[in-house]
Amino acid sequence: MADIEVEQLTKRFGDFCAVNAISFTVGHGEIFGLLGPNGAGKSTLIRMMTTLIPPTEGTVRIDGCDVVSDPDGVRRAIGVIPQAMTSDLDLTAEENMLIFAKLYGLTSAAARPVIQGLLEAVDLIAWRDKPLKMFSGGMRRRLEIARGLVHAPKIFFLDEPTTGLDPVSRTAVWEMLAKLRRERDLTILVTTHYMDEADKLCDRIAIVDHGKLVTLDSPLKLKASVPGRNVIEVSFASPPPGWTERLRQLPDVAQVEAVEHVYRIGSHNGPATMIALIEAARAANTTILSLSVQSTTLDDVFVHFTGHQLRDALQAPTFQPMVRPGR
Amino acid sequence: MIRVMAMIERDLRRYIRSPALVTLSVVMPLLQLVILGYAFGGKVKHVRLGVVDRDHGVPALQLQEMFQAVAAGPATFTPVAYADPEQAMRDLREGRISAVLEFPPEFSRLVLAGAGPRLALIEDNVDQFASGAVQAELQAVVGEFNRGRHAERAAARLPGDTTLAVVELYPYVPYIRFLLPGMITLAIFSSAMIGGGIIFIDDKSRGLHEGYLVTPITKFELILGFNLAGVAKATLSGLLILVIGMLVAGVPDPWNVARLARTFVLILVTALALISMMFLLVSRMSDPLIPRMLFGVLNILMFNTSGAQYPIYSFPPWMRVLTAINPFTYAVDGFKSLLFKNTGFAAVGMDILFLLGFSVIAMAAATKLFRRTL
Repeated sequence: MADIEVEQLTKRFGDFCAVNAISFTVGHGEIFGLLGPNGAGKSTLIRMMTTLIPPTEGTVRIDGCDVVSDPDGVRRAIGVIPQAMTSDLDLTAEENMLIFAKLYGLTSAAARPVIQGLLEAVDLIAWRDKPLKMFSGGMRRRLEIARGLVHAPKIFFLDEPTTGLDPVSRTAVWEMLAKLRRERDLTILVTTHYMDEADKLCDRIAIVDHGKLVTLDSPLKLKASVPGRNVIEVSFASPPPGWTERLRQLPDVAQVEAVEHVYRIGSHNGPATMIALIEAARAANTTILSLSVQSTTLDDVFVHFTGHQLRDALQAPTFQPMVRPGR
Repeated sequence: MIRVMAMIERDLRRYIRSPALVTLSVVMPLLQLVILGYAFGGKVKHVRLGVVDRDHGVPALQLQEMFQAVAAGPATFTPVAYADPEQAMRDLREGRISAVLEFPPEFSRLVLAGAGPRLALIEDNVDQFASGAVQAELQAVVGEFNRGRHAERAAARLPGDTTLAVVELYPYVPYIRFLLPGMITLAIFSSAMIGGGIIFIDDKSRGLHEGYLVTPITKFELILGFNLAGVAKATLSGLLILVIGMLVAGVPDPWNVARLARTFVLILVTALALISMMFLLVSRMSDPLIPRMLFGVLNILMFNTSGAQYPIYSFPPWMRVLTAINPFTYAVDGFKSLLFKNTGFAAVGMDILFLLGFSVIAMAAATKLFRRTL
């Protein structure tokens, strides 16, 4: 049984079709990405999967429970991090978590060790008794991730968890999610409009545009399906000082990004750059731990499948959460 | 200059695009005009006056016919006949009538003898406006009665005429003290508006409720939780204003434990009623601006029609309807009884019953209307 089963799921707001007959399944332990521009229908999709809005048509089963007929079964199985930061600024990190633990029926005594462990996992244990108004955006987001796991859910939903965060905080959130998935046996569904985020984090990606599922596959296969620019991902055992600069001087290199010991090299000519790279590594006496040449990025995939750039679409005002009377 | 114009343009564009704001900025002052105009301008009417006739002579009946004429004409008071003087006094103390006029046993004989008989007027003087108006009207009726008895000597009062002996039931209540029940209720109301209405909608529009809605909490648990938190906050403000207000307004014997305990119960029930009303109003609301404007409108509507600052006897009939369905009215009436008349629960039973009934209906409707989805 798949952890998430979505069949012909549709949501209409009046004449506006926000989600149009989408179907997919997510297996246990997967990190599944919903990728698309703002207004593509990602949030509506995740809200239907998390029992926040009823579907117009189609079915969703989460951990075997139907969102319409057994919403509480779904709610017990899932942890949800909504797009808006929903923690209380006046409460401390620990208090915020305790309130949510109690909403799931945990007693204070049962919740405290769980909270301790989660705050350690998201590196916030030192600020456990500080009010959230003193936290940065990245810290708040990490706390919300910890809060969403307080009842040990099987399936974790995150709606644009890194929107509005600086690149360092975004990286920290990605790493945290990858680690939590490993340690806690989680299935994760995440929406994002960041291509690089989906690429690095997700096992499989569904590209959504104008409420429709455009394509669904692993990032590698998606990128392989489109010809285009090359990206070389390479890691070294012990890169010497000034190594990034040295890599920039290789032939046909457009740009170099370094995340810890992993380098992403953008190239106009992948094979030529790769050969020069191997020689440069040997000359500097550093060992290459891994090396891959990718033919394209997810941006290219998106353009390829949708015929337009990843840009904001005008969305129906009904789309905004909570600013008008409920339907 | 172009910068100033830009500021002006931005503001005016936003203004004309919020029809609710424009409408309410017109409706509010008009409402204020009508409600305040009628709340303070009117004459006192239909005060219930208990009449105990222990004489049954012809002059006593003549006077009572004149009362009926007042009831049919200016209608300052409505006479209610009592056979049992003790029942009349009980009803007076428990607020069912506002004054008792007693004809002593020998009244008719003394009138005919020209021996200067005295009618006893025992009045609930907590509401100075109402008791003053009734007293003035009765003085006029008695004057008329005296002049009728010596028609040709249509002059001022003569020795041997009937007079009115006024007994005030309670210690004098100055206006600052008279306002206190309204202020305690207003403190509870403000807390209900801010804590229950405005913060609730602000949290909702910031997406905070989304966090609750994905947990297995039920709709009823959610509403009950919000509601009781609101009651706790509103009760605290009510208690604070009660204690501070009693000291500022100089209510005698402020630390009377029995009275404090009874007042606490009434504050609790009032908080429950007003918070429940608040949740009913905001259960389908999402725009954070609306509860702020509603605050002003409800303040005018509820406070000014409750009799907190001026007797409800002077309100026109349509406003008396607002008074009758307004939980504020019952809270104010209850606080007046407890604080100024030091009554027991019997006198405020109806008030508490109304407030509880109101709470149950409002809560049930709010639970029905509230949606556990976005």
